[in-house]
Amino acid sequence: MYDFKFVTPKTVAEAVTALSTEDALALGGGQTLIPTLKQRLAMPEVLVQLAKLPEMLGICQNEMGQVCIGGATTHAAVANGAEGYPALAALAGHIGDPAVRNRGTIGGSLANNDPSACYPAAVLASCALIKTNLREIVADDFFHGMFETALGEGEIITEVRFPVPHRANYQKFVQPASRFALVGVFVAQFDAEVRVAVTGASETGVFRWAQAEAVLSSDFTSQALAGLALPDKPMIADVHGSADYRAHLVGVMTARAVTAATV
Amino acid sequence: MTQVVININGRDFAQDVAPRRLLVEFLREDSGLTGTHVGCDTSQCGACVVHVDGLAVKACTMLAIEADGTDVVTIEGVVQADGTLNTVQQAFKDYHGLQCGFCTPGMVMSAMALLKENPKPNEGEVRNYLEGNFCRCTGYHNIVKAVMAASGQDVSRIEPV
Repeated sequence: MYDFKFVTPKTVAEAVTALSTEDALALGGGQTLIPTLKQRLAMPEVLVQLAKLPEMLGICQNEMGQVCIGGATTHAAVANGAEGYPALAALAGHIGDPAVRNRGTIGGSLANNDPSACYPAAVLASCALIKTNLREIVADDFFHGMFETALGEGEIITEVRFPVPHRANYQKFVQPASRFALVGVFVAQFDAEVRVAVTGASETGVFRWAQAEAVLSSDFTSQALAGLALPDKPMIADVHGSADYRAHLVGVMTARAVTAATV
Repeated sequence: MTQVVININGRDFAQDVAPRRLLVEFLREDSGLTGTHVGCDTSQCGACVVHVDGLAVKACTMLAIEADGTDVVTIEGVVQADGTLNTVQQAFKDYHGLQCGFCTPGMVMSAMALLKENPKPNEGEVRNYLEGNFCRCTGYHNIVKAVMAASGQDVSRIEPV
């Protein structure tokens, strides 16, 4: 690990100032960034710690019934505290392993936008709102492909607001060595629509499977998916699974998620 | 260099460290507590699990400076007051939950965190919770048995997998 300066801001405003210096990086729970630093794949001059900012911690439900989660809230805290959105709590409770969940944060996961991370699927399927120190970004505009997001330099995710669907479920086919999703599918049924978000599968990162959404919106059963063409996306192919295998898993995991949501 | 003060097993350890100093280096090299092991150094294997403010974390994936002002418990801090093994440690011994012993400190710390959250876990819950702790000797079977026995459950009917 190259050396860096470490800054512990007391407020979001102080963090923003600290991040405006050249080659400054935000440190959430560090469960991706610290391994990256160890491999010398990143070389920040300054690391700005976000994990202890009181403005960015905690879970609540607002007057619109949305579940609001501070950007520095850990996966374990969401797993134990997001009672208002059980499918989201279940997703958070299966990220990585218990020790990783005690450190990793929702804001860190979303800002990193790993193509195999779990949270992006929940955010996109729930049509969540991502609040930053500057603005509010709707989920459909947030994810810009593998490790790319709408966030600007030094912009911090302060909160994520999840509308709570009637029924929802996340099914993850675990890549057992990394415990990331080989393919993960989050299905969410709202009044007006059903949204299906797929992570782990595509080279372009998390995506919505429009054809599945269309059929599920009129018939929310796994049978409705029978015979549906698999998403036409460039699928990830690696030692853990070929592109065809991943495409097939998208169909399987979507059906499982619908079945689990309707039990 | 920044001064970091970490309370480890009830005693304050103060040290000037570079920000890039890992918590596990602070424990092993700066504080002389070598019970916490470094296996993979990539957050996969769990040999370095310790408790920070009561929560299990991988000490190889946390900076010492992040642990400034916290209470850390390592494997050295879990024996009973009279120096004998605690229930979980004793169960690992009784049920042969270790062979080479390299993963054991992390296994015990994770198992203790599990039993604090869930005092009577079933077999699936134990296996699930220990997902982030690798053992290359035992095949996990006796570790699972030890954890369940430590929670006071009858393990005579757990068959080898």
